[in-house]
This record gives sequence, C-alpha cells and structure tokens, in this order.
Amino acid sequence: MAKADFEVPELKEYPEVPMYVEGAMAKSSPFVAKPDHNTPLGFPGELVDDWHAKTLEAMGDLLGKYRSFQVYLDSCVKCGACTDKCHYYLGTKDPKNMPVARQDLLRKVYRRYFTFAGKYFPKLVGAEDLTRETLDDWYSYFHQCSQCRRCSVFCPYGIDTAEISMAAREILDRIGYGQKYCNEIIAKVHKIGNNLGLPGPAILDTLEGLEEDVFDETGVEVKYPLDVKGADILLVTPSADFFAEPHVDGLIGYGKVFHECGVSWTLSTHASEAGNFGMFIGSYENMRRVSMRVREAALELGVKRIVFGECGHAWRVAYSFLNTLAGPFDFLDPNYPVPQHILEFTWDAIQQGKLNLDKSANDEMVLTFHDSCNVARASRMGDKPGGQFEIPRNVIKAVCNNYVDMDPDTTRERTFCCGGGGGLLTDDLMEIRVKGAKPRMEALNNVMQEQGVTHMAAICAICKSQFTKVLPYYGMDMDQIVSVHQLVSNAIVLTGQNSDDDEDQAEAEGAD
Amino acid sequence: MSFLTIAYALLFYFATAILVIGLARKMIIFYRAPAPLKIPTTPAPTTQTGVVMRLFREVVFFESLFKGAKWTWLFGWLFHFGLFLVTLRHLRYFQDPVWLPIELIQPFGIYAGFAMVAGLVGLIGRRILVDRVRYISAPSDFFMLGLLLLIGFSGLMMKFVSHTDIVAVKSFFLGLMTFSWSELPTDVVLLVHLFLVALLMIIFPISKLLHAPGLFFSPTRNQVDNPREQRHLAEWARKFEQ
Repeated sequence: MAKADFEVPELKEYPEVPMYVEGAMAKSSPFVAKPDHNTPLGFPGELVDDWHAKTLEAMGDLLGKYRSFQVYLDSCVKCGACTDKCHYYLGTKDPKNMPVARQDLLRKVYRRYFTFAGKYFPKLVGAEDLTRETLDDWYSYFHQCSQCRRCSVFCPYGIDTAEISMAAREILDRIGYGQKYCNEIIAKVHKIGNNLGLPGPAILDTLEGLEEDVFDETGVEVKYPLDVKGADILLVTPSADFFAEPHVDGLIGYGKVFHECGVSWTLSTHASEAGNFGMFIGSYENMRRVSMRVREAALELGVKRIVFGECGHAWRVAYSFLNTLAGPFDFLDPNYPVPQHILEFTWDAIQQGKLNLDKSANDEMVLTFHDSCNVARASRMGDKPGGQFEIPRNVIKAVCNNYVDMDPDTTRERTFCCGGGGGLLTDDLMEIRVKGAKPRMEALNNVMQEQGVTHMAAICAICKSQFTKVLPYYGMDMDQIVSVHQLVSNAIVLTGQNSDDDEDQAEAEGAD
Repeated sequence: MSFLTIAYALLFYFATAILVIGLARKMIIFYRAPAPLKIPTTPAPTTQTGVVMRLFREVVFFESLFKGAKWTWLFGWLFHFGLFLVTLRHLRYFQDPVWLPIELIQPFGIYAGFAMVAGLVGLIGRRILVDRVRYISAPSDFFMLGLLLLIGFSGLMMKFVSHTDIVAVKSFFLGLMTFSWSELPTDVVLLVHLFLVALLMIIFPISKLLHAPGLFFSPTRNQVDNPREQRHLAEWARKFEQ
C-alpha cells in the first residue's frame, strides 16, 4: 500500500454520505504559477496590485460573455440536491466541496457587488465582501473541483459547477493568481506542441520502438507514421500515449485497428497532443489557440479525416468545441463526423467485420468499465444520445469474454470522477486526489469482491494516470487499469500474424 | 375611498410594475448573454423537439431533482403544483365572467392549498433537520419559505376560519385592472395575505425565485446536442476569426 501523510478513507460496502467537517481541506491548494507559466498564456505574471478592482472587472466581463455563468449565479435555490453528489465531498467531508457551497464562494461576491439584494441586504442573502482571504478560498476550493459535472445531472436547473469553477479560475488567472500545473502545461503546448513537452524526435523514436515491438510480437509490420503528408486520417491523441503505461498499449491498439482496416493514417508533431488544458482554466482564448494546432496540422498534412484517441476532456473539447473554436472543417471528407472518436472508428470496423478478433486473448481478465466524466456527461459518440455509454461497452464486449458493470448509481451519466480530472493531476494535490477517488474505488471494490472483477478499462488519459497512482493507496494494484484499445490490441489477430504454434515452433527450433 | 384601499391599490400597482419590469429586465440580461460553447449535460437530445421535451419534463415533473433528492422532490413538487393550482383558482378574482376551466378547477384549488402548505412545511423541515442543507441555507432561504407558508396559511384561514367578503375583493381587483377603484374589505387576515403576496411579487426579480425563468435559459438543459453537425459561434468570439 502506498504511503500517505494523510488518512486514506476506508472503503465501505454501501456508499455513505458523511457528516461534514468544516475546513477539512482548507489547507489543500496547488502550487501557484510563476511568471514564466503565466505570461505565455496572456496573463499577468503575478498577483496584480489592483486585484480587487480587476477581480470585479473580470467577473463583470464574464457575466456578459457566458450565459451559463450569469444564469447559474442567479438561479440556485439551495435545494441541496447536489450536496451529496460530489466525489470530493464524499471523500473529504469538507462542506465547501459540496457543489452548491463551492459555487457560493463565488456567488457571495457576485451578490455583494452585482445584485440589489446583496448590495443593500448582504447579511440576509449571504453576500460577502471581496477580500484577500476570498481569493485564497477560491484558489483552494476551485482547485478541488475536477469539473466533472456530476452535480449538473441532478440539479433541477442544470447548474453546472464546472462552469463556475472555470470562470473562477479564469478570474484568478486574469489577476495573476494562476495554478502552476495547468499553466505550465498550456505554455508547453503553445511552445512545443504537447503537454509533456516531447519534441518531434522523441515522438519519432517512440513510434519506431512501437513498430519494432509489434513486429517482434506478431511478425506483421504495423506502421506508426508521423507527419505523413497525404494520409487519409490524422490521429490526435494525448501525449501520455507516447510514453506511459497503460496508455501506450492503447496507442498500439489504434495502430493495429488502422492497419487491419487498411486506411492510411498519421500522427503529427505539430498537433501531438489531444488534451486541451485551456478548458480547465476556462480560457476561451487559450482553448482556441490549442485547438487551432489540430486544424493547422490537418491542413498542412492534407488529411481527409480527424480521429481522436482515448482522452476524456480532449474528447469534450473535440466533440463539443472543436468546430466552434477551430472550424469550419469544410476541407475534410463530409462522409465522416468531424472529429471522430477512435472508439467510433473501431466499433464501425467491428460491425463491418473488418477485424479478426480472438476474445480469449483477454481471458485472464474480468473487466469492468469506468465511464470518464467528460465523455459521459459532456460529449457523445455515435449518432444517438447515450452512444458514449454503449459504444465503449460494445467494443469491450466484442474483444473479451468477461465483462461486468459497476453499480448503476456510479456509471453512465452518474459516473464518479476518477478524482484527478480538471487540472488536479499533480502530486501537490495528492490528498484530494486520493480522497476524491473514494466513491469510484468503492464501486470497483464491490465488483471485485462480489463478481471477481480483476481489471478496469478506461478511455481517458487522466483517469488512467490517476488510477495507476491512486489504486495502491487503497491496497489495489496499479496494473488493474487498462486502456480499452489495449484490450482491442490483445484480441486483434492481424492478417498474416504468427500463430502461437509458429512461435512455439520457432522457440523449439531456436532451442535446438 | 379609504386610506387602506388607496394604499393597497398603489401597493399592487407598484408590486406588479416591479415584478414585470424586474423580471423582463433579468430575462433580457439572460437572453443577451451569449452561450459561446455547447455545454448540454449529456445524454442530451439531438433535436430541438427533444430539447422542448426535456424542458417540459423538467418544468412539469422536476425530472433532475427526482434523480437527485427524492424527499426534496416530493415536497418541492407538492408545493409547486399546489401553488400552480391555487394560482389558477385565484384567476376568478380577475375575470368577469369566469372562464369555464377556471370554474372547473375551483374545488381542486382548495386541496392544492393544503398540498402547498404541506410541501412548504416539508421543505422548511429539511432545511432545519438535514445538516448539509442547513449548512448551505442563508437567512433569505428560510425567509422565502416562511413568506410563502404565511401566504398559504392566511389563504386557508380565509377559506375555513375567518371568511372575507370575496365579492368585494373581486371588485377591488377588477377595479385595479380597469382603473376604476372600489373599496377593499378591511379584514386583517385578508390584508396580511395581500400584503405578503405583494411583497413576494416585489422580491421575485431580485431573489432566488429567478430560478423560474433561469431554467429556460440554462444552457446545460436548453441546448441541442449537435456540435459536430452545426458550428456554434458567439458574436464576441467572432473577432478571433480574423
């Protein structure tokens, strides 16, 4: 079990709503961004002297730009339906992690300066002055929100804490009080092209390594092309796929699927990242800049289609915002959705019988599936509502024999966040990450105990990274997290692939 | 014309003006604020008809609240549906002759008054008894429920305990509408009831009661899930296109 300098919550058989503990997570706040993280994003280097005026100015500006922000600040009736829905509240017991209370940190200031009732009767309506402490509270608690939108499912007015949290972070950024993790990463994307700061030669090297590995294993030359002009498909995938387990196994899987379908495809050094942290900080401008790379790469390489790899918030930005931010994409083939998710591609291929699948290759696993929040609650796959739930499950069931779903209260649109989304996947926030994972861990633990589940498949780079790190805190094994395309990769029998018999024979001959 | 009648007449003109102008102003603000990105909470309808159905279910059945909190849903729905019927029942004070549907609704409106009060008592109970809900409640949240409860209670009082001259009340309101005022009866319960209703109308546009129009403007609920098919560009974002 991983060592923790905080108490790791105990997993229960039945979910419990805890009694709140005031200030339980008040001390938790991430490292503050330094000037060289902030300025490349167009924000002041550090907290500006006139932060009071600038904060209110930024709030006023966003009220006029985002209907969601304005309507959600005005509409909450404090009914409490969201109070027991946030994984961070359930895991930390801090009442400010109840969605409504988190929103209220900002709503109190909105009331005080922007509403009649708050200006003249602040005590009555719970309005409060903007102080330096307010900023610190915002900084702490809006970085304890993974913007997973679970609360918005249950709110009678659809109030989405993610929208409030994004606005709060944008306000903080505009006064020079940004978060290091997100801003440093966005600066890297702007400068180098991906979140990890991998330069082109490193990516090329990785891909060549993958080609060799797949050839050694299968005897088939599967290509993992980079910057190939005139390819049909541009694949944009999170940079974690180039280097971390189990992500890279997913990338191997995409390549095998493309190979078997006989399509030409390529990755791009210019758009070597699907993730778009601009969304986490609520910055339209940064989100747009990051998105534009995909358009530029598509134009430069002259592709006909764009496909996104397994990444949750990347898929949200791709599905919901890419056309808006970087469109129109009228230069692409109109016969395919723009963009397409790799799972949509693979499911189409499976339905058309293009893949030769041996389900038994995954027989040593009993699988369950983690719906990633940005896919589940903020995007879609296929052409019907809820396709984002069905298509991944359909693919998993097509490539393995043992599949079990977790508790319906914790899956599909009710899915619990992994605990590391929304720009929280940083070691300085380990406590909130571990505690926030509790509801998901409980549901997973239950199917492990009762149904013999051994592995959980995920389709988001953040989920995969978060779980591999957090599972050991709960006494589980980091290898229990797998990519969906890792499963596909295991099951695919490539045309001309060495059979197991061949291998045995080769080994036997080698031994002679 | 008594001072009281003049005072109440002016009060109701004022309250109506505040309600209408205040609500219109806020709705214009909601309407004008652009929604630059598609953010429906999925699984979301992919057609405009689907969106209308989704909002209908939210408005009439409180669908999301039902998923979220059963007790709050029960009390909240009882209260709102009760208030809805009671309001319809009260339309008879503003019509001469009274429309048939309003006439047919009269007996139900009485039960609805009890449902409304029961729902409000439940909601207040939750605010006091559930620690999480108590934590998030501001004084105004209790005040609002108390105000509505007193309105319901005083209304039931007039029906079952201390009758008022409803014919005179009706001619007072018809008079207000046609600017030919007539005397208002001076029953204390009636005066309290009417004063609280006027207060509610005045508070409406500056309070959380804005959730009523807010729901219709909520992008997570009112947007069509079709961002791949249709480009969705806000006016302020167009300047980046150059």
